[in-house]
Amino acid sequence: MSSGALANGDLILAACLLAINGALSLAFGLRLELGLAIAAIRTAVQLAVIGFVLKFVFAQSSPLWTAGVALLLFSVAGYELLQRQQRRFKGWWAYGFGNATLLFAGGLATVYSVAIVLGARPWYTPRYLLPILAMVLGSTLTSISAVLQTLTDGIERERGTIEARLAHGGTRFAALVPLLRRALRTATAPVFNVLSVAGMVALPGVMTGQILAGADPVDAAKFQMVLMFVLAGASGLGALAAALGGVLLLSDHRHRLRLDRLAPDG
Amino acid sequence: MLRIDYLSIAGLPPLSFEVAPGQCLAIEGPSGCGKTRLLRAIADLDPAAGHVFLEGVERAEMSAPLWRRRVRFVAAEPAWWAPTPRAHFAAAVKLDRLLSALGLEQLDLDRPLSELSTGERQRLALVRALADDPPVLLLDEPTSALGGTNAALTCEFIKFQILAGRIVILVSHDAMQIDRLATARLQLSGVPWPHSQQSVAA
Repeated sequence: MSSGALANGDLILAACLLAINGALSLAFGLRLELGLAIAAIRTAVQLAVIGFVLKFVFAQSSPLWTAGVALLLFSVAGYELLQRQQRRFKGWWAYGFGNATLLFAGGLATVYSVAIVLGARPWYTPRYLLPILAMVLGSTLTSISAVLQTLTDGIERERGTIEARLAHGGTRFAALVPLLRRALRTATAPVFNVLSVAGMVALPGVMTGQILAGADPVDAAKFQMVLMFVLAGASGLGALAAALGGVLLLSDHRHRLRLDRLAPDG
Repeated sequence: MLRIDYLSIAGLPPLSFEVAPGQCLAIEGPSGCGKTRLLRAIADLDPAAGHVFLEGVERAEMSAPLWRRRVRFVAAEPAWWAPTPRAHFAAAVKLDRLLSALGLEQLDLDRPLSELSTGERQRLALVRALADDPPVLLLDEPTSALGGTNAALTCEFIKFQILAGRIVILVSHDAMQIDRLATARLQLSGVPWPHSQQSVAA
């Protein structure tokens, strides 16, 4: 086969492999064939929609379109973050706090990597900005939600210990630092794991895609490295912002623990 | 002098009273009427409208950690932030007299806290509370986990702290202990105060 664009017929050939799976399901009475068909159709539709939307946005010269898609990505990530939280902050903070940390860490890492690392001109060129933003938001989202989970769980469970420290004249930072450390470790450990096994078990997706599309494997590896460093950096930044912000939100200027700022469990 | 001025706690009318050095105010009332919350509010561990003065200085005039170094809340169930007793004390602090006054002179301060008895931990919490010599003690059920001799020993220890000029506010279900220690009493009713919602800050 030649590198570059695939014909529609190629998709049908690939789908034949899926059809084998469906046939197996039927033959053995696994009753998975309907689910498989729906999942396959969803993949096709979702990716096609994204492909056409991105193609349309890339073709527009107006940065407003880019901003619009970026905004959409942010709100989807913010909504997903909220869904993953078991204990949420009360009122406006529930949505606002997660979005603020996503906007800070995701926005900073994306703009930095597109404008400075990749050197796209102008920096808001949608072909670079949007895919990177989507990847950065995905990985930042995971680490922010891990931080918030550890923090809100821990603060409730260790309330007695934390308040004992406060009652003995400790500042809120002294009282909350053990928990803060734990939250940061929990959130960043998977990121470091991903870095240390990169390429050992499976070829990373972006690198594979570039190689298949005809790029030099060493160039593809470099590109993958840049992406992984950016993603890890963004996750760390997001975790830090969420941890510090969370500690400030769950305590107040009189160094009191403020569990009343968490919504009731549910 | 510790002066409480219109301190508002949910379910209670605004409270105003004074406790002088060498005095012990006992707070009495049924479970859930707000005794612990009152102590926590005085220590500024929970937000509560109203003023609290120590020696004429309002708590908002100093940082909260400094306030709590002077106004020490001792919880009924002590919690520990390190694995051993020793890690809870500054290296230079002398503990021998406090430990022996509470019958803990034999205690190994490097033993894990989880291996100590509930009673030992409760007495140790008093040692921890007094290690940096706060002028005010807010004691929540200080002998709840103690029986017989140790309860009496702890009661005498608190009596000694009062005689030595500390300001003590005591919450206890032990009528004998209150008779022995209290120089004044505050009776809280179990009936929620009707207009409490309006006077409590968010």
